[in-house]
Amino acid sequence: MLEEFLGRYSYFMIAVLMTIGIYGMLAKRNLIKKLIGMNILQTAIFLFFIEGGGKLGATVPVIDPQLGNDPAKYINPLPHVLMLTGIVVGISLTAVALAFLINISRTFHSLDEDCILKEMSK
Amino acid sequence: MSAAPVLIIAPLLLFAFISILAGLWRTSLAYISAVVGGTLSLAAAVFGLFQVLTEGKLSYHLGGWPPPLGIEYVLDPLSAFMALIIVFVGLVVIVYPPKAGLYQVPQRAVPLHGMIMLLLAGLIGVVVTGDLFNLFVFLEIYSLSSYALIAIGGKHALVASFRYLMLGTVAGSFYLLGIGFIYFATGSLNMADVARLLPSLYASPAIIAAVALIFIGIGIKMALFPLHIWLPDAHSYAPSIIAAILASVQIEVAAYVLIRMLLSVFQLDYLRLQLPVMATVGWCGAAGIIFGSVMAIAQRDFKRMLAYSTIAQIGYIGVGIGLANPLGIIGALLHILNHAFMKGCLFLVAGGIRHETGLREIPWFVGLGRRMPLMMGAFAVAALSMVGIPPTAGFFSKWYLVRGSIEGGNWAFAVIIVASSLLTAVYFFRVIEKVFANPPPTSSTGTVQKCEPPPRILVPILILAVGVLVLGLSNAVIVTRVLEQVVAPLFSIAGGR
Repeated sequence: MLEEFLGRYSYFMIAVLMTIGIYGMLAKRNLIKKLIGMNILQTAIFLFFIEGGGKLGATVPVIDPQLGNDPAKYINPLPHVLMLTGIVVGISLTAVALAFLINISRTFHSLDEDCILKEMSK
Repeated sequence: MSAAPVLIIAPLLLFAFISILAGLWRTSLAYISAVVGGTLSLAAAVFGLFQVLTEGKLSYHLGGWPPPLGIEYVLDPLSAFMALIIVFVGLVVIVYPPKAGLYQVPQRAVPLHGMIMLLLAGLIGVVVTGDLFNLFVFLEIYSLSSYALIAIGGKHALVASFRYLMLGTVAGSFYLLGIGFIYFATGSLNMADVARLLPSLYASPAIIAAVALIFIGIGIKMALFPLHIWLPDAHSYAPSIIAAILASVQIEVAAYVLIRMLLSVFQLDYLRLQLPVMATVGWCGAAGIIFGSVMAIAQRDFKRMLAYSTIAQIGYIGVGIGLANPLGIIGALLHILNHAFMKGCLFLVAGGIRHETGLREIPWFVGLGRRMPLMMGAFAVAALSMVGIPPTAGFFSKWYLVRGSIEGGNWAFAVIIVASSLLTAVYFFRVIEKVFANPPPTSSTGTVQKCEPPPRILVPILILAVGVLVLGLSNAVIVTRVLEQVVAPLFSIAGGR
């Protein structure tokens, strides 16, 4: 049990991060905190891919004449490249969300969900 | 290798930028360039569908890298069918003048057409891509454009759009995580390649987790019943023209992803027998039909009623997918096509009423039938089609769904589909009665004041309304020529029927 945990502890940490992110999005009443929760969730998924692409004792995926063509000696670059795209998507989402929040705080003079709902139902 | 799949997206992406840049110089140029881009894309989509039906699957290797290493764009009968619906409805909505669609904030029309083009490009991208990660990227492209477009609708729309953004991001993240599990289990992201590698791994817990994550993620994007909570606010506060495009094609594209997962990535028997995914989708759809219809009856606001009705209609598509037999899938696909026309028409009518009279709530619609006969005639056709009265299109898709559920031995679904037609009749006949049966309020001179909207508003609405009738009358042609070719590969692999 303990060995299994130590062997894959990074994945457990990623699961904990995801839980924190989803908790933040559901339980926090402040919209900025919800957005931070969303970012934590996304980061957990990026870390999942980055961790999955890693390999113990391997090097950067540029063919080194001394190491030869053995794929076991190089890490898999594809998940990392995917996550570069994923990070771009995440940044765009955060930017759009922040733009909304600026407008929401200008219109409702609050970022608290309860205040905004009260203001909206007026 | 054929360039047809890319040729459908390329004009949309190109003219998205041209439209924004030209719009900064002259506002009218944004509109013109969007129409040009949409027309080019429509021509490519029509050409692509004919080519696919005669020559079979077309594939394009992006950057010349052959799959499974490179990204592949595939145009098969299913994606060509979806692409044609998206571009056609998109073009009709683009032609509709933004002044009427954006009743609240007409001065923000400049980036609007560029964003619509980007939304359409994202939707087409989801449909034609043959790569799981590329699908995620296009999913987020269309989601981002729709968040921005919904937010144009004013201060309520801003909050609705922010909530949709939160949920939509969770959906996208779940999908991405599911893709991660599949990638680390199979080492491939190409759909055809993954489908080849998966069967030996079906017992693995990682694949089961991937199925669950992908289906929850797509379920949120599609607004399948318990995951629909973002939809009523987002669609009712969004400007009518945006709501038309969101309700008629955007959420259907998520339904397409569900069918694509069933058709090209996982095998039918795995999702039907080993995991209860298909049954879950079917029952969520059935619950959504009842919930959406009942909630629609309770609404006063016309657009909000249409938004709840969308949840019910997505339920029909879910039931069709959940049945997982040829008639069920044909019914679901035909319903995607019909719903695109009906709901697009209804939302554009809502925009037209708002533009001409400023009315939003159903009780005030009295006598509109005599004041704007052509537009309300189009409304009546679309409403009858939603109820499912022959010869309008809505009848035939429900007919296939009922036949599919009887053939699948699932009588409960057949009963729910027929019963919900009654509920739909309740909420649409309520509006029809207000519009046609009650006399309009007369002015002091005793004459009825005509307020038929200008042709630019009327023509797109009439095109969609006539489309509803044409689709109804030509449904046999569509089913035999296109949809049977779509469904055939699914069930020849699964060995059923």
